[in-house]
Amino acid sequence: MHFSFDQTSPIYQQIAAQLEEMIFTGGFKEGSQIPSTNELSRELHINPATVLKGMNLLVDAGLLEKHRGMGTFVSKGAHAQVVEERRKSFYDEYVVNVVDEAQKLNLSEERLIELIKRGYEENGHAEN
Amino acid sequence: MDMLKISHVEKHFGKKQVLKDVSFELAPNKIYALLGRNGAGKSTLLSIMIDALRANKGTIKMGDQPISDNDEMLGKIYLMSSESSLDNVMFQRYLKLKDIFKANESFYGGFDWETAGQMVNKFGISLDVAYSKFSTGQKTMAKLVLALCLPVDYVFLDEPVLGLDANHRDLFYQELLKSYSNRPRTFVISTHLIGEIDQLVEHVLILDDGRIIVDQPTEALLDHCFLISGPVKAVDEYTQDLHIIHQQTLANIKTAYVFGKLNDRQAIPDTVKIEHYDLQHLFMYITNDRGLENA
Repeated sequence: MHFSFDQTSPIYQQIAAQLEEMIFTGGFKEGSQIPSTNELSRELHINPATVLKGMNLLVDAGLLEKHRGMGTFVSKGAHAQVVEERRKSFYDEYVVNVVDEAQKLNLSEERLIELIKRGYEENGHAEN
Repeated sequence: MDMLKISHVEKHFGKKQVLKDVSFELAPNKIYALLGRNGAGKSTLLSIMIDALRANKGTIKMGDQPISDNDEMLGKIYLMSSESSLDNVMFQRYLKLKDIFKANESFYGGFDWETAGQMVNKFGISLDVAYSKFSTGQKTMAKLVLALCLPVDYVFLDEPVLGLDANHRDLFYQELLKSYSNRPRTFVISTHLIGEIDQLVEHVLILDDGRIIVDQPTEALLDHCFLISGPVKAVDEYTQDLHIIHQQTLANIKTAYVFGKLNDRQAIPDTVKIEHYDLQHLFMYITNDRGLENA
């Protein structure tokens, strides 16, 4: 497990984003226990209140569940939920930026579509 | 556990005024940073907060009781510093570490020997060696073990990582957070290694030239730190009503460090990039020599 932080957003949001990323990539499997607030706090040198705030974002979103006295676990269906949310935001977060950059570079729509096709060919393991 | 209230504290040494109307409160179970440049008055303030030094004006109260000459209150506060009694009092220096711990155990009414044993092993120091035989780093380690194992409600750490290498500093931060989660209490950490503690502290106090100039939760503070860069003209226009604490220009590109709110009604130009900067930069630029800043 590796965390890295920058200055772009509050640390608790970055903790939430990185835990979500681990659920997305399968680093944390559904039903498995994740490290406790105190363990993460110690490991990352981050105030436990900040870590808790980050974790609670995911608890509120339904991705994590707290079991009293046992710890925090990845909810059933969490992976599918993250995928669903990311598909919804894919347009805003990626497509808009790609088109914007392409326009700044004077790349035509046709050229951009060609490049996307090339990306699929070279990436081999295309969509499912 | 009661609040510790520092009210209108003033201190001068001869004609030099070291603390000027210093007021703030420490809440139970929080980790604070007390930051300040060399000579800002941090150590003087901490000494007054344990009644080791008398203020010329002002009071320190725990709840509604002044701590001055109040042994019950003073038994709940501990200051670890580079000029502690361990270094100054002759006979203490020649005691073995375990005897120093025992003496403090009887004064503070308890000592966590189990944690102390674990920490001593991890730091690689011995309970059976006289304190005076330790190196600078080892003395710091011994003091940290003592500070974390006493049953006090307020722990002040003045330069807690003095002389420690990166591995031992890492170990200290881990032990501090472990100790804090096992037994929440208030810590005040005074250090120059700001980048190592900026996410560890919940609240930041900055002392500059004897005055408290920042007293805010870390998150809210960093939320007001904006790094604005782009072409000089665009940055100047966008930042004209903002509070700039530092700026630099390289060729036609200007970088402005803004501390405060942005203007919501003003559109952000396409050519201007807005990011956040960290606590270390905030500290550097708001405690800078004002003469240079405004030149």
